Amino acid sequence: MQRIGVFVCHCGTNIAATVDVKAVAEALGHEPGVVISQDYQYMCSESGQNLVKNAIKEHNLTGVVICSCSPRMHENTFRKAAAAAGLNPYLVEIANIREQCSWIHKDIATASEKAIILGRAAIAKVHLNAPLIAGESPVAKRALVIGGGIAGIQTALDIAEAGFDVDIVEKQPTIGGKMAQIDKTFPTLDCAACILTPKMVEASQNEKIHIHSFSEVTDVKGFVGNFTVTIKKKARFVDETKCTGCGLCTEKCPMKKVPNEFNMGLDNRTAVYIPFAQAVPKVATIDPNYCMMLKNGKCGVCSKVCSVGAIDYKQQDRFIEEKYGAIVVATGFNPIKLDKYDEFAYNQSPDVVTSLELERLMNAAGPNGGTLLRPSDKTHPHKIVFVQCVGSRCDDSKGKPYCSKICCMYTAKHAMLIREKYPDTEVYVFYIDVRTPGKNFDEFYRRAVEQYNVHYIKGMVGKVTPKSDGKLAVQASDLLSNEQLHIDADMVVLAAAIEPDKTARPLATMLTTQMDTNDFFTEAHPKLRPVESATAGIFLSGACQGPKDIPETVAQASAAAAKAIGLLCKNSITCNPCVAHSNELMCNGCSSCEKVCPYGAITYIDKEFRMPDRTTAIRRVASVNPAVCQGCGACTVACPSGAMDLNGFSNSQIMAEVDAICK
Amino acid sequence: MQEAIINKAKQLLADGTVDRVIGWKRGEFAYDITPAVFGSAEEIDADFVYDDFTSANVSKYLVKETKKEGKVLVFLKPCDTYSLNQLTKEHRVDREKVYVVGIPGGPKLDIEKIKAKGISGILSVKNENYTLKIETIYGEETMPFSEAILDKCASCKSKKHVVYDELIGEDGEVLESNRFDMVEQLENMTAEERYNFWREQLSKCIRCNACRNVCPACTCEKCVFDNPESGVENKAASDSFEENMFHIIRAFHVAGRCTDCGECSRVCPQNIPLHLLNRKFIKDINSLYGEYQAGEDTTSRAPLTDYTFDDCEASIVHERGVE
Repeated sequence: MQRIGVFVCHCGTNIAATVDVKAVAEALGHEPGVVISQDYQYMCSESGQNLVKNAIKEHNLTGVVICSCSPRMHENTFRKAAAAAGLNPYLVEIANIREQCSWIHKDIATASEKAIILGRAAIAKVHLNAPLIAGESPVAKRALVIGGGIAGIQTALDIAEAGFDVDIVEKQPTIGGKMAQIDKTFPTLDCAACILTPKMVEASQNEKIHIHSFSEVTDVKGFVGNFTVTIKKKARFVDETKCTGCGLCTEKCPMKKVPNEFNMGLDNRTAVYIPFAQAVPKVATIDPNYCMMLKNGKCGVCSKVCSVGAIDYKQQDRFIEEKYGAIVVATGFNPIKLDKYDEFAYNQSPDVVTSLELERLMNAAGPNGGTLLRPSDKTHPHKIVFVQCVGSRCDDSKGKPYCSKICCMYTAKHAMLIREKYPDTEVYVFYIDVRTPGKNFDEFYRRAVEQYNVHYIKGMVGKVTPKSDGKLAVQASDLLSNEQLHIDADMVVLAAAIEPDKTARPLATMLTTQMDTNDFFTEAHPKLRPVESATAGIFLSGACQGPKDIPETVAQASAAAAKAIGLLCKNSITCNPCVAHSNELMCNGCSSCEKVCPYGAITYIDKEFRMPDRTTAIRRVASVNPAVCQGCGACTVACPSGAMDLNGFSNSQIMAEVDAICK
Repeated sequence: MQEAIINKAKQLLADGTVDRVIGWKRGEFAYDITPAVFGSAEEIDADFVYDDFTSANVSKYLVKETKKEGKVLVFLKPCDTYSLNQLTKEHRVDREKVYVVGIPGGPKLDIEKIKAKGISGILSVKNENYTLKIETIYGEETMPFSEAILDKCASCKSKKHVVYDELIGEDGEVLESNRFDMVEQLENMTAEERYNFWREQLSKCIRCNACRNVCPACTCEKCVFDNPESGVENKAASDSFEENMFHIIRAFHVAGRCTDCGECSRVCPQNIPLHLLNRKFIKDINSLYGEYQAGEDTTSRAPLTDYTFDDCEASIVHERGVE
C-alpha cells in the first residue's frame, strides 16, 4: 500500500496569491494513497524541508509530491531532503504549480483547479515510481574550445593555467579572430595587436594548449565529462610540422590577385598566404580556389622555393577524434552583410565602408600602411560621416532587433583617432542614442565631443548618393534642430550590426545546445548561469552568447574557463539513473531506437529466447548501455512496440499522468 | 500467368533452390483468394491460384516463414516488393532465406465494386478483353473491367520491382500517380468538416483488426493494443472517441514506414479509407523533409528517424499544423 505525502508550497505570494494553497492541500489529501497533505510558506527553506523529512519518518512515506516551483529549481533540494530522511530520492515528484500555473493565471479559481490537477498527475506518477540508484561516470580531463578569437584564447589560457589540456579549434588558418583585425581599442586607445599578440604567442607556447587551426568540429557525441568530438583538419596543402613561416612562398607566388579577407578585401594577397605577420601558427596555407597548381596542375613555384619541402599539393582533409570532459563555445560574431542597405550606397561606392573596413584602412598592417586614404582615389578624406545603428535596433526584417552594443564606443574611437591624426578632417556622427555604460566609457565619448569637436548629430542618414565629382551626397535629418542636412562627404562609415557566426548553427545542433531567435547561444539562466548552456558540460564564451566588447568578452571567457575547470577537477560525475532499457520480449529488433539515439547508447544483440511452444529462437534485440544513455527518451517514442522504456519517466507513468489530468 | 508462376514454383522446389512456396489459394468463394504456404508440387497443382483477384500482399508472411528452417519462395507484385524491402530494413525478415520472383502487378479486381452494381450470387468472374463476364446463380452479367479495379490499383505508384531474384515478365517504371488527390481534398476542408469526415468513417470500425493484421508495417512482437502493460490496450474500448483513436495511433506507429501498399483499405470489411491517413503522413513527410518512399531501398534512413542540418525547424512543422 502506497503512503504518499503531499506538500504544497506558497512560495511567499508567488504561488499563494493566485492559487488557494489550502484548498489544494485539502483536495489532494483525498487522492488515493495520500496519507498527509500540508501547505507551508517556503517549502524549500530549512524548516520546510524539515517538514518533509519529519513526515517521511513519521508517516513512513513511500512517495513524496512537492507542489512548488519548476523541478529545475528545487528538485535536487527535495531529493536530497528525502534521501536524508531515508527515502530513495527518485520517489520524489514535483508538481510545477508556479511557472506552469500561478505565474500564468490571474483567476484564483482557475489556477487553484489547475494546481489540483497538476498535483493529481504527480500523485498518479509517484504511485508508479521505482527507487533508482545513480551510478558514476569518469570525467575526461581535457577541454575543447571552439573558436580561437580573444574569447577562446582567454578561456584556453585559463584552463591550461589550471593544469588541464585544452584544444582550440579555429576554422581560420590563424587564431586571433576579430580582435586581430582591430586597430586600436576603446576606452584606452591601446593597439589591439599589442595586447592580443602576446596572448596568441602565450597560447601557442603553452604546452597544455593544442591549436587546431584551419579546422572544424564535424561531430560531437557523448555527454558531460565524456564528449567524443571529431575534428576536421582541413587540407592547407602545407605540412604544418615542416613550415617555418619564412614567407618565401608568399613572395614568389605568381597568383597575386586574391581578395585579402584579413584586410576585408580592400587589398590582395597571394594564393599561398599567411594571414598576417603575427599569425599563430605562423604557417602558410594554400587557397585551393586560386592556386594554379591545384586548379590545373600548372605552376609549382612555392614547392620549388620552399627550402624545407613543406608544400604538399596532395594533402587531404584529416579527421581526428578526441575525448573531452568539457566544451567551451567561443564562435564569436561577424558584421552583417549590408547588401540590403542600398540607401547608404555601400555597393555603389568604394568610399562607403563598414567600421571594420575602416579599422583595416587605418591600421599600419592595412592596405594603406596606416594612412587613412579614400579607397576610390587614395586621397586624404576631409569630411567623414559616420552612420550608427546600421541594422541594429531595427524593427524590419533587414536588420537585427537588438543593440549591437559595441558600435557607439568604436565609432567614438574612430572619430577621435581621425581628429587626432588628421585635425583638418571634419567628422560627423549620426546616432539614435549614444550608449556608453561601462567603466570610463562615457568619459571617453565626452572627450570625442568636447576635446576633439566631433559633430554628434541626433538623427538618421536617409540617403547617400555618389556624385560625379567623387563626393558622397549625404542627406540626413537633425532631429534636435528639426532640419534637413546635406553634407558632401569624402567617406561614409557604416556601423554595421553584428551577428553570431553563421557556422555556429549546425554546431549548436551537434552540441544539442539552444540558440535564441537571433542565433545567439542561450545561457542556462540569464542572470544566474550566464556562461553555462542548458546542456551540461557545454559553456559559452564571448560574443556567441550576445554582443560584447573586449573587456566583457575576456571576463566571460575567464568565467567559462572557471566553470570548465570546476568540472574537469572532478574525477567522476554522478550519472542520471533515469536511463532507457528495452523489454526484450517485446523488442522487434527494428533499429528505430538505435537510429534516433543521439548518444550511440544502443546496440543490438542476437539472443536466444524460449518461445511459448517450448522451442528456442534467436532474436535480435536492443540493448542500452546505461553509462552512455542520457535519458533523453527519444528511443521510447521511436519504438513502435513500446519495448523501450525510460526509468523515472516510463510510458505507464506518463499515461497515468495524462489520465489523471483528463479524469 | 498462373501457369508460368506454377511452373516456376515447381521448378525451384524441384531443383532445391527453395523448400516452401508462399502463394495463394481459393477460399470459400471464387473471388476469395487467400495467401497460402505450399510444401510440394502436389499441393501446388491442387490449390495454387493466381488471377485478377490475387491482390493480397504476401510479404508480411515472410516474418514468420524466414524464422523457420530452409528457404522460402515468394511471388511479389511491384507494390509488394516495397514492403519486403521495408521489412528487410527493419530486420524483420531474413532476406537470405527468401527467393523473390517478381511478377507483374495489377490492376486487380475489387469484388465490392462488382457487388455494388447489384450483382450477387457470384460463381465466377472472367476477364474477356477487359469486359468482365460474371457468372452468377441468377445467370450471366457483364461489366467493364475498368469499373471494377481496386482503388489501390487505380492510384498505383509504381510498376517497378525494387527487389527480386528473378522476374517473370518485364519490369516496369515508377509511375506518376494521383494518390494524393483525395488527401488534398481533405486538406482543403475546414477542420470541422474534416473532423466530421473522419468521425463518420472511423465510427464504422468494428475493431476486427484486419487492417492491423494485414499491414506489413505492423509486425511487432507484441502490439501495444494487445499489451496490458502499454496502458492503452483497453482504451479503444472505453468510448466511441477513443475507439476512433485506434486508427490514428496506428497511422502514427507506421508513419515513415508505411510503403502505401493499400492493404489496410482493401481488407477493411467496413470500407473505411484507412490508407488516406497513411497517405497524409507520406505527403507531409515528402513536403517537409523531401521526397521519401519507404521500402525503395534497404539502407537509407527514414526522415522521421533521421536528422540532417537541412531539416526544417520544428516551428515550420508546427505552423503548417495550425489552421
